Amino acid sequence: MIEVRKLVKRFGLKTVLRGLDFDVQPGEFVALLGPNGAGKTTFLRILSSLARPSLGEVKIAGYRLPGQAAAVRARLGVVSHMPLLYADLTAEENLRFYARLYGLQNPEPRIAEVLEMVGLEGRRKDLVRTYSRGMQQRLAIGRAVLHDPDVMLFDEPYTGLDQDASTMLDIVLKSVASQGRTVVMTSHDLARAEDLATRFDVLSHGVITASTSREGLGSSNVLTFYKQSLDA
Amino acid sequence: MQPKPKALLALDAVSFILLGISTYLALVYAPTEAIMGDVQRVFYFHVATAWVGMLGFVAAGVTGIVYLRTQNLKWDIVEIAAVEISLVFFFITIVLGSIWARPVWNTWWTWDPRLTTAAITELIYIAYFMLRQGIEDPDRRARFGAVYTLVGAVSVPITFMAIRLFRTIHPVVIGTQSAAAQGGFAMTGGMKVAFFFALFAFTVIFIDLFWNRIRMGNLAAKVEQLRLKLSQ
Amino acid sequence: MNSPSLARSSFVKAVAAIVQKDLAAEYRSRELLSSMMVFALLVIFIFNYALNLEPSVRAKVTAGVLWVTFVFAGTIGLNRSMAVEKDRGCLDGLLLAPVDRTAIFFGKVISTLIFMLLVEVIMLPFYGLFYNVNLFNPGLLLVMLLGSIGYVVVGTLLSSMAVQTRTRDILLPIILFPIIIPILLSALDASNGFLNHLEFDLIQPALGLLVALDVIFTAVSFMVFDYVVEE
Repeated sequence: MIEVRKLVKRFGLKTVLRGLDFDVQPGEFVALLGPNGAGKTTFLRILSSLARPSLGEVKIAGYRLPGQAAAVRARLGVVSHMPLLYADLTAEENLRFYARLYGLQNPEPRIAEVLEMVGLEGRRKDLVRTYSRGMQQRLAIGRAVLHDPDVMLFDEPYTGLDQDASTMLDIVLKSVASQGRTVVMTSHDLARAEDLATRFDVLSHGVITASTSREGLGSSNVLTFYKQSLDA
Repeated sequence: MQPKPKALLALDAVSFILLGISTYLALVYAPTEAIMGDVQRVFYFHVATAWVGMLGFVAAGVTGIVYLRTQNLKWDIVEIAAVEISLVFFFITIVLGSIWARPVWNTWWTWDPRLTTAAITELIYIAYFMLRQGIEDPDRRARFGAVYTLVGAVSVPITFMAIRLFRTIHPVVIGTQSAAAQGGFAMTGGMKVAFFFALFAFTVIFIDLFWNRIRMGNLAAKVEQLRLKLSQ
Repeated sequence: MNSPSLARSSFVKAVAAIVQKDLAAEYRSRELLSSMMVFALLVIFIFNYALNLEPSVRAKVTAGVLWVTFVFAGTIGLNRSMAVEKDRGCLDGLLLAPVDRTAIFFGKVISTLIFMLLVEVIMLPFYGLFYNVNLFNPGLLLVMLLGSIGYVVVGTLLSSMAVQTRTRDILLPIILFPIIIPILLSALDASNGFLNHLEFDLIQPALGLLVALDVIFTAVSFMVFDYVVEE
């Protein structure tokens, strides 16, 4: 579903990604782990077509980036630590706006469905301004799945959430992922990543340095795997 | 560190000699203008520096387009070089213009279209550097810089036209004498020699400075690269 | 689950969606219009005392006072309109959608233009009321429309750069004002012409230049907007 070959991203003279290779099969949920500044966010921004690769090849759902960005964008749902929502619009209006941008035909039943999925149907007519951080983040996920994307990218979705909100977010993320979608998520929270993902990749110094499936972990846990791969 | 290229060293020397000769021609060789007296001698350098400012302005606009096409940071270095030279030389033009204007028209500043346009161009250049200063990412800095020089390159010639066209609404401080500012005194043979030689000399000086400044920009980039390498 | 049929939103649809979204949000908060309006009123009051706007002076400076007011109030509108997009990452949200980048640009231009024209149309009767003059002159309205188009086009391009810098809203007037001088000059000249009931032949050059500037700046912005929003 995602194919990345020898991806290089430079910011001026600084090289952030150094010939990164990365493949994700349909239906996989990959947790992308790595220290701060390893290039996780940059990598996700490239996958989401917001940044251009300096060198290398990126293909999502068979479409090349940046050449066929529009086709990729239509199949992509992105959740970042920013909610990407308008504070002065209601939840419903936000979704309606994005439904129009994505060219959804007959959006109303889909909007209702999504609001129910993220547990906000009761507050659909409230301004996003009045939402808590956790509710905003759930609506942000609703926004990202609105057009039923095949591939989802989550960039630190737990940032700024308290315990309860994180647990709620877990439930929503699980239901989003369980619908056969391909997911790539970056997170600092190893425990949550362990709970959700089917595969764990470590991004360090601009390349993928280690990768294991959930089965491959065996009796070990993600934390030990992560520490070992960084020490190596 | 590579030594300065021989051709550039030679050009430096030639520039100095040409500047010397040009100064001699302007201050000694050229006959004294009958009405304005010796202060008119400022005219030769006033026009020549304005000419260099224009060369830099055009070069900046063109490199802006080239940068956007190629996205190669070396053109950003060229663009900065062009903007800096143009900034300095327009400043000299304005100062020399004031020195000329004071005794002749009894005012330091006239709202003459050329002078005003030069001043507005200076403001655009200052805005250009302020815009760049606020951006960390070198690629974005270069892109925004290029876009801004391009917009400026479109705006400035029209500003000149507009001021000329609508100057009735501007205070005309010097009244009918403004005709003189448009080149209204007759140049005699000696004056023409000094004038055209100054233009030629300053064109060479422009090339020399441009080359030196680009070389300096490249060296600065190299230093930055080495510094990054060390810190990693 | 039902799969909503995906159709690539057409250019016009995306522009309309953005404009409608901005209008709906503004209808709720009224932050942008009210701050522009109050600011514009303050500018007129300051001018009243700074220039001592008695009838003999006013005839010459009305167009100038109006345009300075519009330009200053306009920067507030431009800044605010882009800050809304940047604050919660909404600009990324727009860029993630499968729509043309220039559709985003024109959407923002049109909504900001609507706000700006609203403020201008409300300011005119206020000015008229304060000084007992009638400014409802179709020619002047036309100049206001044409001048505002150019101003907002350049302003939207530059404010979308400004919001992505560290200095943000302080930067916009600094990078915007020297660029819009030709727009301002021709708008002033044409406004003066209409206010002083000059013959159309005398106003035509300024009006023509204004139209040309609108076309030129729209074309340039259309070509470079991609570079401003993409990394």
